[in-house]
Amino acid sequence: MKNENLYNYILGIADNSLILGQRLGELCGHGPNLETDIAMTNINLDLIGQARSYYQYAGKLTGQDKSEDDIAFLRLEREYRNVLLVEQPNTHFGYVMVRQFLFDMFHFMLMEKLQHSKDETLVAIANKGIKEVSYHKRFSSDWIKRLGDGTAESNAKIQEAINDLWRFTDEFFQLTEADKAMVEVGIGVDVSKLKEDYYKKVSEVLEEATLQTPENKYFTKGGKEGLHTEHMGYILAELQYMQRTFPNMTW
Amino acid sequence: MTSLLEPNIDIALIPILETVADPEIPVLTVLDLGVIREAVEENGLVSIKLTPTYSGCPAMDVIGDDLKAAFAKNGMKAEVTLILSPAWSTDWMSEAGKRKMEAYGIAAPLEESADKAVLLGNAKLVKCTNCGSTNTHLVSQFGSTACKALFKCDDCQEPFDYFKCLK
Ligand SMILES: [Zn+2]
Repeated sequence: MKNENLYNYILGIADNSLILGQRLGELCGHGPNLETDIAMTNINLDLIGQARSYYQYAGKLTGQDKSEDDIAFLRLEREYRNVLLVEQPNTHFGYVMVRQFLFDMFHFMLMEKLQHSKDETLVAIANKGIKEVSYHKRFSSDWIKRLGDGTAESNAKIQEAINDLWRFTDEFFQLTEADKAMVEVGIGVDVSKLKEDYYKKVSEVLEEATLQTPENKYFTKGGKEGLHTEHMGYILAELQYMQRTFPNMTW
Repeated sequence: MTSLLEPNIDIALIPILETVADPEIPVLTVLDLGVIREAVEENGLVSIKLTPTYSGCPAMDVIGDDLKAAFAKNGMKAEVTLILSPAWSTDWMSEAGKRKMEAYGIAAPLEESADKAVLLGNAKLVKCTNCGSTNTHLVSQFGSTACKALFKCDDCQEPFDYFKCLK
């Protein structure tokens, strides 16, 4: 493939949306109340919609007429480039909101920068996506504040979720080979430069929510290189079941 | 690249386009919504450029099929391309469309700063579609679809959708 770096770069962004979208989709009908249930599925829909746009573009780059579905459904675990954070399981609602918040804050910053890419298609997707992501960010930030500054129990549960998920945040800012190549030609975003601002903005929200910003310096990574946590296989089993059981099925 | 901020639509095609409605808000035509950025005919082939309201809006696939069917009924073949740029804005909705939407029970988008104020709960500006009172409050930032938020009227108690401003 001629544009292999660009292809991998796009998957690095798209797979986050696909896998987090899939996680949120699992919650359809299981939200704590109707409004949050609908909100989570709406966010899921936005993310899947964004993933579709990226995959359609990536499909064209392969030069083999690969469809968005081929890319979304027919890869092996090692070929998915999403960060480990987004594949973490849905435990309780607070945990889901912390996962969402930590991702949305990064996602928004990434979209802001991607709007200035030299790649016209990525700019178009980012221009569209950022409007949606700003709603996601507002929704998850509000819940962090509400639960953090809520009861002693909600505060403890949220703090625990933050402490648990914090180790996945550093991975956002790692540059893969594809990232480096794309940054060099002005297409990709240098995510390593977003780090400082990310932690500053996240801490501001946590402070407002009367939560502690963790100080741990031990981080886990690997998702961007295709090395996933044990949860990923289960996600893919569900996501890919239909296409693998009935290849080329349509409805 | 030509700018699509001003849609380029052949006047002759408007009567057909007007027959195609948003499947989720059927009182609005695709022209009211402002999702048609180009519709031109050449040698019997109509090419249409359609822009989605939200990235994952499931209505877009349906609208694409409905457009093709509407032109087929008039003996024309239509080709629909989905474009993302420039990104759709609620400013592209027609004034007539906004009025039809309100009559249908969905509050029309406010302008950007007012929209932000109501969604943050700092102002009461969204008018109840049932009684007209602005004594309303936000129930949820996400309503029955991604483009709407859920509100409730504190005077008549009616819950209703508000079409969020997207800019
Ligand atoms: Zn009322």
